[in-house]
Amino acid sequence: MNYFQGKYKIVKKLKLNDTVYDFTLSCKEITDIALAGQFVHIAVDGFSLRRPISICEINREKGWLRIVFEVRGKGTEALSKLCEGDLMDVIGPLGKGFDLLKPGKKCIAIGGGIGTPPMLEVAKHYGANCTVISGFRTGSIAILQEDFADTGAKTILCTDDGSAGRKGFVTEALEECLNSEKPDIICACGPMPMLKAIVELAKNAGIRTQVSLEQRMACGVGACLVCACRCVKDGEEFMAHVCKDGPVFEAEEVVF
Amino acid sequence: MADMKVNFAGVEFKNPVVAASGTYGYGREYEALYPLSKLGGISVKGTTLHKRDGNPAPRVAETPSGMLNSVGLQNGGVDKFINCEIPNLLTKNIAIIANIAGATVEECAEVAAKLNGTGVHMIELNISCPNVKQGGAAFGTSCENASAVTRAVRNATDLPLMVKLSPNVTDIASIAKAVEAEGADAVSLINTLLGMRIDINSRRPILKNNVGGLSGAAVFPIAVRMVWQVANAVKIPVMGMGGITTWEDGIEMMLAGASAIQVGAAIFKNPFAPVEIADGMNEWLDKNGIKCVSEIVGRVKPW
Repeated sequence: MNYFQGKYKIVKKLKLNDTVYDFTLSCKEITDIALAGQFVHIAVDGFSLRRPISICEINREKGWLRIVFEVRGKGTEALSKLCEGDLMDVIGPLGKGFDLLKPGKKCIAIGGGIGTPPMLEVAKHYGANCTVISGFRTGSIAILQEDFADTGAKTILCTDDGSAGRKGFVTEALEECLNSEKPDIICACGPMPMLKAIVELAKNAGIRTQVSLEQRMACGVGACLVCACRCVKDGEEFMAHVCKDGPVFEAEEVVF
Repeated sequence: MADMKVNFAGVEFKNPVVAASGTYGYGREYEALYPLSKLGGISVKGTTLHKRDGNPAPRVAETPSGMLNSVGLQNGGVDKFINCEIPNLLTKNIAIIANIAGATVEECAEVAAKLNGTGVHMIELNISCPNVKQGGAAFGTSCENASAVTRAVRNATDLPLMVKLSPNVTDIASIAKAVEAEGADAVSLINTLLGMRIDINSRRPILKNNVGGLSGAAVFPIAVRMVWQVANAVKIPVMGMGGITTWEDGIEMMLAGASAIQVGAAIFKNPFAPVEIADGMNEWLDKNGIKCVSEIVGRVKPW
């Protein structure tokens, strides 16, 4: 395991909607080794625990790392107040990312809400061989749609209320996709009920699926064992840890 | 540079800073940042006779200047520790403290017996885990139970034996005296304080276990007070812990009576904390013309 801890400069800050922020950090040592689906662990002044945030985009040429996060509580709110030029205390890259198959293979990448950011690196890898399905409660909080389109991927936007894209859940769009053409792999990140439904559909269609999970963390590196998630391998159930064994897991190994 | 070496209950520590059990695994995860040899010692993840899954997640909740955890002693069992972790730790030039726990007195003794001759330098008997239903804090909250488990483990091991005490008691000094009388070579304190947080919107406790152990800077003053009380009550050395976050905290804990210290929750925000604490203490000793860190142990001047 190889990672760094350091204070890195924020080179770009955007506000994507009322609660979602888009930060780009200059941290070449991290981008050199970061992989799609990994995360970084960010310290916030005045708070005793770091915040795990998934990596949205890796620009190796510039050494830029992009993270997109939602303000969920006081810690992420304090984080959102940082400005361009400020330093961010980051540990990363951490965890196990998505398995990226050889070019030419086909992928469906699915993100729900704030689970969409880690799908950008997946879409960049597969390009036109990727279909990105993203789901949001409503159109005003939809994020990253242009970024996904720029990768050459086919994009399908779903909203619960139909205010943007098509009305309905990502699972309905996935079902239609699976009926027309089967991908080699499905990658998904989002709320547990959504992941569970996706995994069920994928299983019936016989398609390998990887899911990115979320759990409250402390160390972020696999030492403290707080971020437990029940998994099964060779018929035996055990407690894995989201920070080190994940956040990306083979869907068949997760006990939902 | 001051002499940071500490002889603690017969075990040599190259400096008095030890990574606390449960916060540092077996050290592997932190080697990406610095060599383990920078630490005085490591108290490994609590080890039981058999593999334990621990409690369901969430197992952590942030609190003002601290955190609650309810891991529940997840570990691979003592045989796995002996076969897969000790050989690696023995190459790291660091004092190895095997933290052990059990649901019964007999289980604790059996784990200790298995560690004889494995190369670990010291046993830390955990009689204070707040997150398990059997054993754990039940051993550490009465003098009778603390005595019984200490006696059984004492009879099972020739290694230096340190007993880790619970702060969730009325009189921690009496527990310390009880384990001293049964042949403990040292005590370590404090383990976590039992706490609880509730999500006011869902009305659910944040921890799936409902309650958990509080650690971090918030508990530091309690830890200093308890270390001071215990150090004044027993002749065996005290390893002080509980919320140590800065090098100043380390000095303060040793002035209170700790002969060595453990750093735990602080590592989560700052993985370099134990190293920075050891370096900072060393500089302070130099500035104050103190040649050896042991000279400050218990040197608080109470009113």
